[in-house]
This record gives sequence, C-alpha cells and structure tokens, in this order.
Amino acid sequence: MFRKFTLRVPVLCLALVLIIVGAVCVVVLEKTQLIIAGKNITSIAILLCGLVFYAGIVLIISMFENETMLSIALLLPSMVAVAIFVYGFIGWSIRVSLTQWKGLNPNYAWAGLKQYYLLFNNNPRFVIDVRNTGMFTVGFILGCLIIGLGLAILLDQKLKGEALFRGIFLFPMSISFIASGVVWGWLMNPATGNRITGLNLIFQKLGLDSLISLWHSTPQPWGMAFTVLPAVWQLSGFTMALYMGGMRSISDDLREAARVDGASEFQIYQYIILPLLQPVTLSAVIILAHMSLKIFDLIVALGNKAISLDVPGIYMWTTTFDGTNYAQGAAIGVLMLISVAVLVIPYLINNMRTETQL
Amino acid sequence: MIRRVLSHTFFYIILLAMAAFYLLPIYLMLLTSVKPFNQVDLKTMWALPINGLHIENFIAGYKQLAPNINNSLMMVIPEALLSSLLGSLNGYLLAKWKFRGSNLVFTLILFGMFIPYQSILIPLVKFMQAIKLYGDIPGLILVHIIYGIPITTLIFRNYYAGIETEILEAGKIDGAGLMGLYRYIMLPLSAPSFAVVIIWQFTQAWNEFLFAVILTNQSHWPVTVALNNLAGSQLVQWNVLMAATLLAALPTLLVYLFLGRYFLRGLMAGALKG
Repeated sequence: MFRKFTLRVPVLCLALVLIIVGAVCVVVLEKTQLIIAGKNITSIAILLCGLVFYAGIVLIISMFENETMLSIALLLPSMVAVAIFVYGFIGWSIRVSLTQWKGLNPNYAWAGLKQYYLLFNNNPRFVIDVRNTGMFTVGFILGCLIIGLGLAILLDQKLKGEALFRGIFLFPMSISFIASGVVWGWLMNPATGNRITGLNLIFQKLGLDSLISLWHSTPQPWGMAFTVLPAVWQLSGFTMALYMGGMRSISDDLREAARVDGASEFQIYQYIILPLLQPVTLSAVIILAHMSLKIFDLIVALGNKAISLDVPGIYMWTTTFDGTNYAQGAAIGVLMLISVAVLVIPYLINNMRTETQL
Repeated sequence: MIRRVLSHTFFYIILLAMAAFYLLPIYLMLLTSVKPFNQVDLKTMWALPINGLHIENFIAGYKQLAPNINNSLMMVIPEALLSSLLGSLNGYLLAKWKFRGSNLVFTLILFGMFIPYQSILIPLVKFMQAIKLYGDIPGLILVHIIYGIPITTLIFRNYYAGIETEILEAGKIDGAGLMGLYRYIMLPLSAPSFAVVIIWQFTQAWNEFLFAVILTNQSHWPVTVALNNLAGSQLVQWNVLMAATLLAALPTLLVYLFLGRYFLRGLMAGALKG
C-alpha cells in the first residue's frame, strides 16, 4: 500500500501548518464563543477548522501516491456527514420510538413496541392518516401518469409551439408547495350560494353546475382526493418530461419500420412506444410514490392542519413539537421511513447492479 | 391531408385547454394582486380590475415578507454555492476514482435523498440545539448542505461519468495527480453541471418548508414559513396575500424562465437514469 512515497518539502510544510492551525483553532474555539453579526457560529467555525486540520492530513496522504487512498480520504467528510445525519439519526429515531419519552425532557426508558402498538390499535387519527395517504398516493400517481403520458404523446406530434407548451406544463414545478397550496386553497373554495367563488364560480357561469363541488371539504374519504389536484398540477409536467426523455431515446428508424409495415400511428404507440416506455413508468411511479408518502407542506398550506386532511407527516409534526410526545412522533417518522424504504431500496439496489455491470 | 388537419386541430384544442389549466392559478394570482381591496370580492373574483392596476399591493406584500425574503437569500446563496462544490468533488471521485465498494458507498449516500425527513427530525433538532445552531440561518444552511449531498453528488457523478476517461489518461501522462486532473481538466469542463446543481439547490432550499419551520425561530423564518403563516392569519387582505405569494415564488419562477434548460436537467437527474 505504501510502496511509493515522494517527500515534497513544501507540501509537507503546508500540511503541518494546516494541521497545527486547524488543531489550535479547534481547541481555542471549544473554550470560547464566536459570534458574528449576532449569530453564534462557534460550531460552524469549529467544523471549518476541523476541515482545515483534515486538509493537512489529506496533503500528507497525497504524498503516498496511492490514489485509492486519496480518493477515500477526500470522500470521507461527506461519508461521515451522511453516516451521522442520515444513518445515525435514523438509528437514534428508532431508539426514541422504543421509549416512553413524553414531555420536553428526554426519557429513554424502554417501552418496546408500545408506540407502534398504540398507533395501530385504537388510534382513529392514524387510521385517517393511512387512508388519506393511500387515497392521495393512488390519485396522485394515476393523475400524473395519465396526464404526463398524454401530454408527452401530444407534444411528440411535432406540432408548432411545442417548446412553449412544454414550458407552460413544466413551470409549476418551480413553485413551492406552500405557494401552490395557498393559491389552490383559494381556487378550491367550497363556499356555495351567494358566496360562491373560485373554480365553482367559473363552473356556475359556464352552466356546468354539476361540476360545482366542495373540493377538499367534501366528506372523507373523498375530500382527500381533491388535494391531489394541486399536486398533479405541479408534477404532471415532470412526469411528461420523463416520458418525453424516454420517447426521444426510441429511434425514429423503429417507427419508420412500423410505418412501412403498414402500422397506423395509433398502433405504433400501442405496440412499440408504450411497451418501450415501461421502465420510464417504473421510475416515475417510484419517484412520485415516495413524494406522496411524505407529502407534507402542500397539505399544511391547503388544509391548515385540519384533521380530516391529516397525513403522517403532519401527525408526526404536531405530536412531536406541539404535543411533545417524542416517542410517538419518532414512531410515526420510522413508519414513514419504512414505507418509503420498501419502495426505494429495491430500486436503488437494481440501479447499483446495472451500474456495476457497465 | 384533411384527416391530418383535423387531428392537428383536435390536438391543439387539448393542448390549449391543458395550458389554460396550468396557467389558471398564475392568472388568478396576477389578477388579484393588481386589484384594490374594494374590488376583491368573491363574486367578481375573475373580473378584470377596474380603474387601472394597483402596484401598491406588491409594496404592501413586500413589506410583509421583506425580512423573510432576506433570510431566504442569506440561506440559499451560500448553501447553493457550497453544496455544488462539495457535490462536484464527490461526483468526480465516485465517477473516475472507483475503489472497491465505491458503488455501495454511492448507493448508501443516494438513499439519503429519499428518506422522509420526519424520520430524522427529532435527533436533528436535539443535535442542532446541542451544537447551538438551532433557530438561526447558519444552522439551516448546514442542514441543507448535508442533506443536499446525495442529489448534488448524483448530478455531478452522472455528468463526469459522461466525460471520456481518455482525457484523464492524457493528463496522467503529463504528470497530473488526482487533484491536478480535477483542478485542470474536470473543473474547467464542469460549468454546465455547476449551473444545474446551483439552480437545483437554489430552488429546493428556497421552496423547502419542513426544515425551515422546525429549525428556525420566528425572526429567522425563511419566506415559505412566513408565507404559510400569512395565509393562515386571516388578517391579510387577499390582494396583498396574492401579491406576497407571487413575490415569494418570483425568484424560482425567474430562474425557471431564464435558466429552464438547466432546471430541467436537475429535475431529470432526480429520477436517477430516467
């Protein structure tokens, strides 16, 4: 491993300076406070000095001319950060979910699976949450796939103004769920009679009275289906872009060959393009499903924490930070993680396998 | 020929109808935000403003959100720059200096992009309180950078994987080491990818709500939290609220309008290989 070592004096000197400066700064900062413009950034300064110290070590490693070792050394800070903030914290959350921690002071007394038991037995709110999430996920995925695929096929017809339409269908993606929830909350105003407004008012004026609806205030479980509308508005364009990317990778020769064989345009889509788009659909379903399983801000902005529109993300938030029931909040978080992991881990493993084959 | 014209007309009708659906909320926002308060009535919600445009709503909206827009900018700019640098280094190493297990490391990092943040929220809050970064913008920047590592690494790695290894081999023959190759060959080629990542991180952090609402206190709220609060307060006039919503969405909308190409690429990277 250390076959080669080229001593370069200037590099060594720089490395030693970095190591000493970094170490001294860390020790000094540990004992004082660094406040700039009213912000206490001691911890960030310690982190930066630690990185300076580490840069010195990396410089010394670089003199070994072992590129694998250097590569790992340079990746290490990110790996450590992810190891702590993702995996360490997940482990910590699981630990909290197995306690009876209630109230502001940590209480790690063991409670086994009690929190999970409480969620699944006689907890009407969690039942609503699971039902709402299911409703939202199905509606959201179907809506995005159908509209996204439809738009992609339409834009595949080489019509004039394609770029403009594509831009219009995609722009909602750049807006926050909060802003979108605020506007759609107004559009989907459920008021009736002479207070009728929003989309209902348009329907009334157009004589489409049968379309007038209570929107997300409709009695559950159907009210939740309407919260899908803003979500589809935001992400069907993304789904369309995924399908367009897939269609572009299908060679024109294939279509031409089918045309020569006498296939109609409809048949070309039915027998050639749609089957070839299946991997895109799979990707899209996984991306959209993981978004909908953790949907949070849109529902906050739209439903203002109404119980009828509750989802696990909001339940976790209110239970933990308003109700200070940390153990239960952690259990909800862990359940959300499991639901996403079941979906995403096979996808990631599959992705890794195909990468390795390349 | 006639069939073709007919079908094209039909396609255009659908496309125009869909375009109307996508533009409707923005139209309503614009419309309401330029009306004076006495014209903001439920019944005339869709009517055009009478007696000219009232830009003062935007001034009122800006007054409501100015400190928060400032907070968001102070968070988003350093966050986007730093996380793109970090992602570039990680992406380079994972694309061009593979070691045994590097694909596993990459996959483990990638998983961090999909987790629901509720599953790490309690430890995160306790940790940030312990290191005294709770409640203010620097802590939020740190959190966004760390949880941004997966997506930034992914985008850069895919980009660097597409650069011919022969170029690096040529550099090696000229005596450049791992860092030399990065500095003199890869970085100068990375401008498009930096654009994608900076724009992506900018949009994400600007629009993010959960970390913002949990990790900052009221005086340091970013714009999403303030907007949500404004919308829930019922004290704000609708025209001002709509102007404020438009202002809050404006930076990312502008980025999309002018740099949409890069934004789209970031979007597609989120779907792994699509």
